[in-house]
Amino acid sequence: MKKKDLISITDYSKEDYLHILDLAADFEKNPNQRLLEGKVVASLFFEPSTRTRLSFETAINRLGGRIIGFSDAGSSSVSKGETLHDTIRMVSNYVDLIVMRHHLEGSARYAAEVADVPVINAGDGANQHPTQTLLDMYSILKTQGTLDNINIFMIGDLKYGRTVHSLLMALSEFEKPIFNFIAPEELAMPEEYKLFLKEKGIRFFEHTEINENINHADIIYMTRVQKERFMDPIEYEKVKNVYILRNNMLNDTKPNMRILHPLPRINEIHPDVDKNEKAYYFTQAKNGVYARQAIIAHILNLK
Amino acid sequence: MSDSLKKKLKLKVSAINDGTVIDHIPSENLFKVISILGLEKVKSQITFGFNFESEKMGSKAIVKVSDVFFEDDEINKISLIARNAKLNIIRDYEVVEKRVVEVPDKVIGIVKCFNPKCITNNEEITTYFNVISKNPLDLKCKYCEKITHEHQMVIK
Repeated sequence: MKKKDLISITDYSKEDYLHILDLAADFEKNPNQRLLEGKVVASLFFEPSTRTRLSFETAINRLGGRIIGFSDAGSSSVSKGETLHDTIRMVSNYVDLIVMRHHLEGSARYAAEVADVPVINAGDGANQHPTQTLLDMYSILKTQGTLDNINIFMIGDLKYGRTVHSLLMALSEFEKPIFNFIAPEELAMPEEYKLFLKEKGIRFFEHTEINENINHADIIYMTRVQKERFMDPIEYEKVKNVYILRNNMLNDTKPNMRILHPLPRINEIHPDVDKNEKAYYFTQAKNGVYARQAIIAHILNLK
Repeated sequence: MSDSLKKKLKLKVSAINDGTVIDHIPSENLFKVISILGLEKVKSQITFGFNFESEKMGSKAIVKVSDVFFEDDEINKISLIARNAKLNIIRDYEVVEKRVVEVPDKVIGIVKCFNPKCITNNEEITTYFNVISKNPLDLKCKYCEKITHEHQMVIK
């Protein structure tokens, strides 16, 4: 049987999404299921990412699996000049599954070709981070009861933010989403995604400021303007404080509306929002563990 | 092309008995065409010329390869840099077939990904693109998923 990898969100069909989301709900009800008993998982973080790594490692632990790996390239053979090819070939001999994050784009697709075991992409540079998308979908499903007819406002860095691009692709598989993009011109949603929506006949609107429009939102998806994505530090300074969500902006928003953020946040959501019941980002992070348990179970055909 | 120019061309490039003539190659890409087709390893007789006058192209190059007949997959690789190349298949000094090159659906090797952060530019990996538009050429990298546009194309 062909091994299943998860490299890019578009590798999966709507049926795959729904299966994973069902499993995630099951793991939320009953998180400790020892389906990985006797199995070893490699957690290869060539680039540090504490949040994603801990989420994955928690998911693996709750499934009863063992973990080998490293949390940054400095403590691996990469620092001796070993190629990605050789590292993956070697590790693939030892384990049943590889979870990897790498700063180079396309590294996960390449690793999946080299490895004999399934590979889960936990982020390859600015390219893809599909497990984030699945946990975002799970959070939307949980809070809205459906993934159809969602009116979503994406705010912040829509140009370099890979999470918004992947979520846009995934939600487009469901009934009649409406997308609203709020970003400065320098960080606007790229043309290729707008073209994709046009071709699918999906409605979208572009705004340049956060105003009463957000009162129509079911979901507000905030993103961080990431310094490391900018070639020119002056460009970063110009836009970093442009869009900040504050509690007083939320008074007339819909009761079902929830605010998501892939975290870490810097200043784009004011701390006064945290107490609002519409703030969902910390629960969203918790959902990540269930979603990752579900993804692992799906990939290894454990459930 | 005028008759007199045709005659001149015939004089400049000797005829072949059996083989393939590749015409209408942009002069500046002649050596890339030779390299893509691996002609430097071919043992049979090869004649090539460039900076020939061409009404359509201004300047063109021609390659004549004796005793070699190319498969479509092989010859279509040059379409990326010689869009209007034409092939004449020669048997016993006669043109028995004329062919044009077509941009393939996949481009494997040949082109560099324009994205400096792509894994293919950082490790020894054969590039692989899906052609998402043929005119103008847009190549989507299988690895980093970024699109290399025609004006960004660099031949490896």
